[in-house]
Amino acid sequence: MVTDPNNSAAALTVRGLSVFFGERAAVKNVSIDITAKAVTAIIGPSGCGKSTFLRAINRMHELNPDARMEGEIKLFGDDIYSRTVESVTVRRRIGMVFQKSNPFPTMSIFENVTVGLRLNGVRDRKILAERTEQSLRMAALWDEVKDRMNAPAISLSGGQQQRLCIARALAVQPEVLLMDEPASALDPLATAKIEDLIVSLKKDYTIVIVTHNMQQAARASDFTAFFYLGELVEFGPTTKIFTSPAQKRTEDYVTGRFG
Amino acid sequence: MSEAAKNQKTPGLQPPGWQFGDRAFKWLTLVMALAVFALIALIGYELFRGSHLALQKFGWRFLVSSDWDPVNDVYGALPFIFGTVVSSAIALLIAVPISIATAVYLTELAPLWLRQPLTMFIELLAAVPSVILGLWGIFVMVPFLRDHFFPLLQKYLGFLPLFKGPIYGVSMMAGGIIVAIMIIPIITSVSREILRSVPGLQREAAYALGATRWEVTRIAVLSYAKKGLFGAVILGLGRALGETMAVTMVIGNTPQIVKSLFAPGYTLASVIANEFNEATGSLYPSALFEIGLVLLGVTVLVNIFAQMLLKTFAGPSVKPQH
Amino acid sequence: MTAPNHSWRNFKNAFMQTLACVCAILVVAPLLLVFYHLIKEGFTSINWAFFTELPKPVGEVGGGMGNAIVGTFVLLAQAAVIGVPVGVLGGVFLSEYGGTKLNWWIRFAADILNGVPSITWGIVVYALLVVPMHGFSALAGGVVLGMMMIPLVMRTTEEVLQLVPGGYREAALALGIAKWKTIVQIVIRTALKGIVTGVLLALARVAGETAPLLFTALGNEHWTHKLTEPISAMPLQIFAYAISPYDDWHRQAWAGALVLLLLVLSINIGVRFLTRDRFQQKA
Repeated sequence: MVTDPNNSAAALTVRGLSVFFGERAAVKNVSIDITAKAVTAIIGPSGCGKSTFLRAINRMHELNPDARMEGEIKLFGDDIYSRTVESVTVRRRIGMVFQKSNPFPTMSIFENVTVGLRLNGVRDRKILAERTEQSLRMAALWDEVKDRMNAPAISLSGGQQQRLCIARALAVQPEVLLMDEPASALDPLATAKIEDLIVSLKKDYTIVIVTHNMQQAARASDFTAFFYLGELVEFGPTTKIFTSPAQKRTEDYVTGRFG
Repeated sequence: MSEAAKNQKTPGLQPPGWQFGDRAFKWLTLVMALAVFALIALIGYELFRGSHLALQKFGWRFLVSSDWDPVNDVYGALPFIFGTVVSSAIALLIAVPISIATAVYLTELAPLWLRQPLTMFIELLAAVPSVILGLWGIFVMVPFLRDHFFPLLQKYLGFLPLFKGPIYGVSMMAGGIIVAIMIIPIITSVSREILRSVPGLQREAAYALGATRWEVTRIAVLSYAKKGLFGAVILGLGRALGETMAVTMVIGNTPQIVKSLFAPGYTLASVIANEFNEATGSLYPSALFEIGLVLLGVTVLVNIFAQMLLKTFAGPSVKPQH
Repeated sequence: MTAPNHSWRNFKNAFMQTLACVCAILVVAPLLLVFYHLIKEGFTSINWAFFTELPKPVGEVGGGMGNAIVGTFVLLAQAAVIGVPVGVLGGVFLSEYGGTKLNWWIRFAADILNGVPSITWGIVVYALLVVPMHGFSALAGGVVLGMMMIPLVMRTTEEVLQLVPGGYREAALALGIAKWKTIVQIVIRTALKGIVTGVLLALARVAGETAPLLFTALGNEHWTHKLTEPISAMPLQIFAYAISPYDDWHRQAWAGALVLLLLVLSINIGVRFLTRDRFQQKA
């Protein structure tokens, strides 16, 4: 009912996903297909479970000892929760950018971008340099930092740091990129840059972005999912969700009647 | 880029699924952390093993007998318990008011530019090794006490049995004073942290009622922080009980129980320090081990008590370790 | 707000404030006095001979504390070998792993150990090492100091690691980096300054300890060539000289105390400058 009718290229297929913290269910029985090489936005009021849902996709909820999940998530057909698959594997294929930018403070810009590769065994400098330039270009940061790759990462501005984190995530060449309110801590100018970046990335990556900023969802995404109190209320092409939503609750939210 | 789904195109990229590293590291750090239990077990074991003979021979009498006679192999710990208790009591009597007043000064009254440097200075005081303070004690403090301070005390307060008797300089009182100097920094530091954690709202409420600065301190700060301050004091006591070198150097090292504070005394820690290496036979060292056991027991209990007080007051922000 | 009360309250206020200030001075005075006397009595005795020569036999004037100074460093090196790996890795466990119940007990045990009197440590290691080895040794001295360092370093390491924001761990894990690598390469690396500070402070603390060495390292009038021999150390030598009846030895005790105090204080002050940087950077 809430799966993408275009089932053609689903990067992620989620079936019956529920996430519990102790007794409380933060996400209830969600099924959704995330289209490959497109941007899917997750919107909803605070506490509706959208971040929890996002973090279940790359198994980050496992960092919380009380967390428990039920259901199934497949990445291009591979069950990411199967017993033989480790969370480390999943996270190499599914990257994440966080709300608060967190470049590693003891490392330079170059070291930050390459950390995912280096700590997983890649030593060849040529490859590291190539991959760094590639990722920084994709993150629209290359021109600004190419002359100071050895400068400390924390010497960058807030917006630049966030783009650095995006480059860092891209450097390991994930298939899917998850973004948890990536621009919420940034000023409007920096936010605009991030949104342009997202749109340009989608030709190569599948992107799922959680945002509480509806205009952002409307501008930058192809598909939108509306969550409320842990449930997926409605999912479809962004234009449809914002202009003619099928559910009343969706309509109330996008027109600002609550949330 | 997404065709690289199953095969990473990056040469050198380690295949994930290498769990060995995670498990090995976790076990390594766990074993290291468990070392604390091993150390406690070791201490308990060696002390009990070492004092076994004396425990068997003397039993409880050890704690109440004042016969310390190595020549005849008769041992009783009472003089040392007395010495430790009295010197610690003197130390607390001197140190507590001074420390708390200083902590109040640091947090409430001192000019702002002075607070950080003064705090740092007091923390440095805590780092002075005991033997150095003892050295100063023998050659500077004790002669001063003997030649000036004690005669003065005896002149005005000599009607009290505490201040009667011959003055040698080395004495229970000297021991108490030097321990006070050693524990003042830690009581001050911990008290300062506790006073700092008193919420500003309390002070503001008192000021709003028109109280003077001292009254604000007394009403809003000190009584609120009572429990924590008590914990700081007990922590200081724990430190005082275990103090060895400085005390040994100024207390006179004579096992006796007398009323005069000017008379030499002996503490649990001092007797071990002085006599352990000379202890011949098997009962003598064993008696000293038993003294070590008594000292450990008392110190550990006092420290646990102190920590309970500090934890229930201030939560994890106060660090009771030094 | 009755008028008669006012002046009494004001008087009490002024009196108490003055009293508090006086107490602060009383607290500071001993260190200043100690320093004054150390310099006055000991400074002139500090010369090249002091640092390099052995003590002369009783009655002869001169000689130095060379072996004691070297001895202190030998003992500290051993203590570090024991105390640093166990303490730091143990602190890592407390901060990054483990169930809360076990961790509570480990912390509790560490806090108890931090309260054990140093002389008790001395007799325990005496029974553990000196008796079976049939003799006092530098090794026993190093071991006892190392054991004393373990709970100190463990707690400071844990505290420092806890200060590292969780966001860094999450970011690293989200990149598919293994947990142990995250801890070592990211978390520990971020907290490194703080960990080093904790280790240095612990070393400064055990450098000044005398009591445990009385029954382990014992002291030595000559150079020590093997770890299985007794070894001299500054606190031991200061103590032995101080309680002796010889004036020349007293003079040297003052000098040794001055050197030891300078060593301990410079480490303490030095680390405060190390950590000061951190505050400026975070701004």
